[in-house]
Formats: sequence, C-alpha cells, structure tokens
Amino acid sequence: MTFDVNHPIIFAMVAVVIAVVLAQSVFFLVKAWKRGIEIGMDKKKLRKIAVTATVFTIAPAVAIVISVIALSKQLGLALPWLRLSVVGSLSYEAIAAENTANAMGLGATEIPNASQFVTVVLVMTLSIMVGIWLVPAICKKMQSGMINLEKRDKKWADIFNSAMFIGMIAAFVGFVFCDVGNVVSGDFTGLIPVCVMFVSAVIMAVCGLLAGKFKNIHWIADYALPLSLILGMASAIPITAWLS
Amino acid sequence: MKNELTYMDKVYKWGRNWNISVMLILLAFPIAVAIIFDAAPDWNGLLMGLVATAPMYWAVGVVETITYIPMLGAGGSYLSFVTGNISNLKLPCALNALEQANVKANSEEGEIVSTISIAVSSIVTTLIIILGVILIVPLTPVLENPVLDPAFAQMIPALFGGLGVVFVSRNWKLAIAPVTLMLILFIAVPALNSGTVGIMVPVSVIFTLIISRIMYKKGWL
Repeated sequence: MTFDVNHPIIFAMVAVVIAVVLAQSVFFLVKAWKRGIEIGMDKKKLRKIAVTATVFTIAPAVAIVISVIALSKQLGLALPWLRLSVVGSLSYEAIAAENTANAMGLGATEIPNASQFVTVVLVMTLSIMVGIWLVPAICKKMQSGMINLEKRDKKWADIFNSAMFIGMIAAFVGFVFCDVGNVVSGDFTGLIPVCVMFVSAVIMAVCGLLAGKFKNIHWIADYALPLSLILGMASAIPITAWLS
Repeated sequence: MKNELTYMDKVYKWGRNWNISVMLILLAFPIAVAIIFDAAPDWNGLLMGLVATAPMYWAVGVVETITYIPMLGAGGSYLSFVTGNISNLKLPCALNALEQANVKANSEEGEIVSTISIAVSSIVTTLIIILGVILIVPLTPVLENPVLDPAFAQMIPALFGGLGVVFVSRNWKLAIAPVTLMLILFIAVPALNSGTVGIMVPVSVIFTLIISRIMYKKGWL
C-alpha cells in the first residue's frame, strides 16, 4: 500500500483511538454526575459546572486547533489530530517530532515514508506517556496520603492544598515576566504578556466586584474566568500593535 | 460477606483499567501503521530521537504527575493525563469549578466537581478539534490570520491573570515568597522561558509548600 501521511487508513485508526478517549471522558462524567446526585449535590450546581467548563474550554481548544494546523505542515493532519487530542501539548509534541526528524536528517520537510512516520510516532508515544501509567500506579497512594493529612491536621491540609495551587500559579506569573529584561535594550515586546495579564486580572477583579455589589447579575461571577480569558486575549491585539 | 467498594475505590479501578487500555491502544497505533504499510522503524532515528527526547520528558513526567495528582483529584488525574494540556487547560478549568462550587479539592464533592469539569473540558476540546480537522481548509486562513495571532500567542498570560487575581488575593501571605522567587528567576535566568515553565511548576510548588510549612509552624497563617 502506498504511504501518505494523510492516508484514509491512518485517519480511521486515529479516529478509533480518539473515540476510546472520548468514551473514557463520557464514562467518568456520567459516573461522577451520578455520584454527585447520590451524595445530595444540587443538579443545578452540577449543570452550572458543566456549562462553565464548556465556555471556558472554547478559546484554549481553538488554540489547540491552531497547534494542529501548525504541526500538520510536517506530520500531516491525522497524527497532530491524535497527539493533541491525547496526552500531549504543542511544545512537547513539536520538540519530540523535531528531535526525531533531525535524527533522521529530515529537517522541517513533510515526512516522506512510512518508516520515518512510524519512527516519529514511536518517539512521540514512548517519550510522552509517563503520566498515563504512573497515575494508576501512584494515584491511590497519593490520595490516601492526602486524606490522612486531612485527618491528622485539617488546617495544615487546607494550607497544603492552597500552597500547591499558589505554587503553580506563581510559576506562570514568573513566566509571563520572562522577557521583561529586554526592555533595557529597547525591545518592549516582553511587556506584552505582562500587560495582557494585567488586563485579564483587572477584568476578573471588576467581575468579582460587580457580582458582589449587584445581586441580580451574580451570574457574572460564574463566567468571570472565561470572560477575563477572552477579553485578555483580545486585548493582546492592540497591545501587541502598540509595543511591537 | 464481600466488602462493597466505595466510590473512590471504584474510581481507582476504573481509572487503572481505562488508562492501561488507552496506553496499549496508543502503542498499538504505530505498530499497526508499520504492519499495514509494511515498514519497519528507522532504528537509528528511533534511538537518537528517544535519547534526545525521552530522558527529559520522563523526568518531567514523573515530577508533573506527583505534583498534579493532589490538585486534580483521582478522576481528574486519570482523565487529564490521558487527554493532555493539563497546565494550560484542565487544571485551570478544575480550579475555577472548585472555586465556583465553593468546595475543597480534598473532599468528595471536590472530587466530583473536579472530575465533571475536566471530563466536560476534555469532551469539548476533542469535539472542537474534530470540527477543526473537518473544517481545516476554510479555517486555516482564519485561524492563521496575522491579526488574530497575538491573541492566541497570549493565551497563558490572559488565563493566569484572571486565575492569579482570585487565588493570590485570597492567599496573599502564601503567595508573596513564591511569586517573588519566580519573578526573580524568570527575569534573571535567560534559559527560563515557555519551553521550561513546565519544569518550574514543580519547583515552585515544592518551594511554596516548604515556605507554607515554616509559616504555619511559626503561627503566621
């Protein structure tokens, strides 16, 4: 059979894998939903969580589609569709593909034959798979540890949880400032992410204040994060034009 | 009499079965391509590619898994590590849902909320990507339009601006030290950038936990 990165058989196989992953999400959604009802959680509350998650996901998901398009120039469409629907993210997958293509002397051209395609897929799969098998191996032990911590010292367990979230957010806040130092050499583009983060933070704060002050628009608190995300991203357009 | 499994026990069982199955299916994909197109891998390229890529990703993968499990909950972890895009999508989505539902991550309600938000997010992402793949021809010029470029390039700052203001304002005492350290490191060390931020997350989390423990012991929290 003549190989092509966009061969219908490759698409069909990718579709099967994605269908299985989709089934896993649906399975966990149904089980969690039923358990939520069982323990007395309000259906309306659960529905609100689902709707907000949907709205919040749209912009990042469109960004992932852009990553699929970017990777498709070298890998065809089916493989990026698979890799960005399952496990990976653009930065991880692009580096894995680039390292393998370079090792085979391909550069940035489209993968020409099945042997090289299989090699790239194997490197991507084997390199970016740790979480899938490690979670089943350690999840129960770690969650039990968290429950024991809660039993031993409730206040510390709450601080521990908040500290983990703050630690993650702190790393990304630092990242936003990573090119600020270029300002001294006259390059102001490093300020773009800082300004965008500031705009997004202000929108979030305003939403919180409005929701607290006017009870009839309390819904705004539910959509504050997607709103700050989308308006923050939109602000990047004029800010980039201004600082570039 | 046989002990009845708790919901959490069932989650661990389902998660183990699903994740191992997905792992096997993912491994089967390149093998199936090789068989169908009668092509063996380029062994030298495979070895060189793995040497250049795998050690770093395995190390990061182990640290990321240990760091993210307590934040994502059990069901959320099984799903997130299969569907990917954790720090830029699944975890913020779960954090927002926990905040909105006003439940703690380490409670059963927290587990339910986190799982529902991550499952919905995974389903929506998968469907949008499918739509993107089907409509790739008309969508490409729109999505690659240079006018829209800056908006998608700045998704992470826009995401963490909103998320940061909520969590930092609520836990400002906890946030001072890690935010200061990360700002200094990211500004002063040129090697720290978008490619290495994933490695810095566990570093920052461990540092925050140590500082929080000291502050807690001293009665500052």
